[in-house]
Amino acid sequence: MLFLIIKRILLGFITLFIVSLITFVGTEILPGDACTTYLERQAFGEQLEACYRRLGLNVPAYERYVSWAVNAIQGDFGYSLSGEMPIKEVLGPRIKNSLVLASAAIFIGIPIALILGIVTALWRDKLPDVAISTVTIFAMTIPEFISATLLILIIAIWLEWLPGIVIVPTDVSFFELLPNIILPVIAIAMIMTAHMARMVRSSVIQVMASEYVQMAILKGVPYWKMVFKHVLPNALLPAINVVALTIAWLLGGVVVTEVVFNYPGLGRLVIESISNRDLPTVQALAIILASIYVSINLLADLMTLMLNPRLKTLQIRK
Amino acid sequence: MTVNSIYKEEKKSAFQKVFEVIITMASRPSGFIGLSILVFHIILAFISPYIAPYDFKAINPTLMLQAPSAEYWFGTDDLGRDVFTRTILGGRTALTITFFGSLIALLWGGLLGIFCGLVGGKIDDIVMRIVDAFLSIPWILAMLLIVSLLGTSTEVLIPALGFFYGKGIVRVARAATHDVIAKDFIVSARARGHSNFSIIWNEIIPNVRDAILVEGAMRWSWMLLGFSSLSFLGFGVSPPTPDWGLMISNARGLMSFAYWAVIAPIVGLSSLIIGINLTADAFAKALGIDRSTKAPV
Repeated sequence: MLFLIIKRILLGFITLFIVSLITFVGTEILPGDACTTYLERQAFGEQLEACYRRLGLNVPAYERYVSWAVNAIQGDFGYSLSGEMPIKEVLGPRIKNSLVLASAAIFIGIPIALILGIVTALWRDKLPDVAISTVTIFAMTIPEFISATLLILIIAIWLEWLPGIVIVPTDVSFFELLPNIILPVIAIAMIMTAHMARMVRSSVIQVMASEYVQMAILKGVPYWKMVFKHVLPNALLPAINVVALTIAWLLGGVVVTEVVFNYPGLGRLVIESISNRDLPTVQALAIILASIYVSINLLADLMTLMLNPRLKTLQIRK
Repeated sequence: MTVNSIYKEEKKSAFQKVFEVIITMASRPSGFIGLSILVFHIILAFISPYIAPYDFKAINPTLMLQAPSAEYWFGTDDLGRDVFTRTILGGRTALTITFFGSLIALLWGGLLGIFCGLVGGKIDDIVMRIVDAFLSIPWILAMLLIVSLLGTSTEVLIPALGFFYGKGIVRVARAATHDVIAKDFIVSARARGHSNFSIIWNEIIPNVRDAILVEGAMRWSWMLLGFSSLSFLGFGVSPPTPDWGLMISNARGLMSFAYWAVIAPIVGLSSLIIGINLTADAFAKALGIDRSTKAPV
């Protein structure tokens, strides 16, 4: 068991190492570098040399990779090109804002998804299922920017209930942020909830069709007791992994949602740093977003492992 | 019944098989709706240049932000261009780019997945680590970086989208290959001394084709979503080419008094994505593949 956990964690680190290599090599082989972008037309001769020396670009690529990686592990990503300030300081408030957004969406989304998923599975092909499933298909297939735009149009512009666009400084306090994040949270939670509800539904349906549930029905176990005691614990276990993947997948979607609502989070920083060709920041973002993805997956794997006694022995025998 | 006649019954032409799958798909309500939307959009993409009532790039300052009328069915946008014309033309670029992008994704993802599943061992381990690493970088970051450095031409977008949406197919194809690889006919093909290439082509591909095709159909709708997001962010189709993502992003700022300019492309793009999604779902069900427990990776 312990061996297995260590192995998973090691695999996560190997993945992150490859990610760092990919981002480094990727930004290296693409045409142009930090200095040519920064200096634009003046990028030749003396000035270019000086810039290379200042940013340390005159040493071989592998040396730069090693020093960059060693610093990155300690949380130092160097200086951003556009703001002329440490990337660490740029990232801090952004990460906090994005975390607020994501965790609000998760706390609202998971309970709703569970209820919807269970309801649709238990009333399969009846009216509640057909109605809810139709809505979830719409919610999960429509692009984030469309649902966000429609939310702004209907709730902020036509009904005038909530502010449509977040106009706050990056380092705003939590309570000032609160009324501004309601719409972005709804936009994100909608897609996430729809995805999770569908997975919970199919998982519950699978368990309901299994032999031991049929046996419980034949034995005369009361319906709701059977659902809560025998079906749900087994149905929700495989859902953990899927929920983790959905959250991780949302990292990409959050970028678009944050841009639509002008929300000062990591997603908007992605767009800003790419528009400014701020490669050091892009590298730092890639590593951070990949670490979030890897750790969410790792956490889900470990949780499934802990919660499923059968899986433990199976994996060790392998 | 002789053995020969049974064999003949099983043998159908490729056209017949495709026809049967389409009939099965259309026999469900959701599949029928999906297929009709998709067919409608494809036909529209082909004929729209001939039926468009106005020039899509004709700017007319006197006609700015006109409400929908008999003359301009969906109104006009902030530059006085006809929204109806731009909406029916707006799916062509997205459909073409994502269609070819999905083909590329299917090809490289499917073949690499099958190869890894068949070969196994060290090569498989290394390739899967790299695929995992690529999966953990948000696609949008990578796509934005490539597009902002290499430009937004079709020659850049199609391979880039094809690459980034193919890495998920590698896993599916590999898993499907693992399912068939232990079967007796592969063992006997090896015993007959067939090469790896011949085994892949004659034994594995016919057996994993369905799973990969379904995955590819699903990727198509995700790629369309991704491509429109790029356009929306200003990193996709460049103006004045009509494109739904770009139209939505342009009209968004003025939607408090000109909602028509944003509603029309929204309906266009949403219906196409839902159509492809429903079709892909029906396709999976018609081929007997259950995708309901998969996460969107």
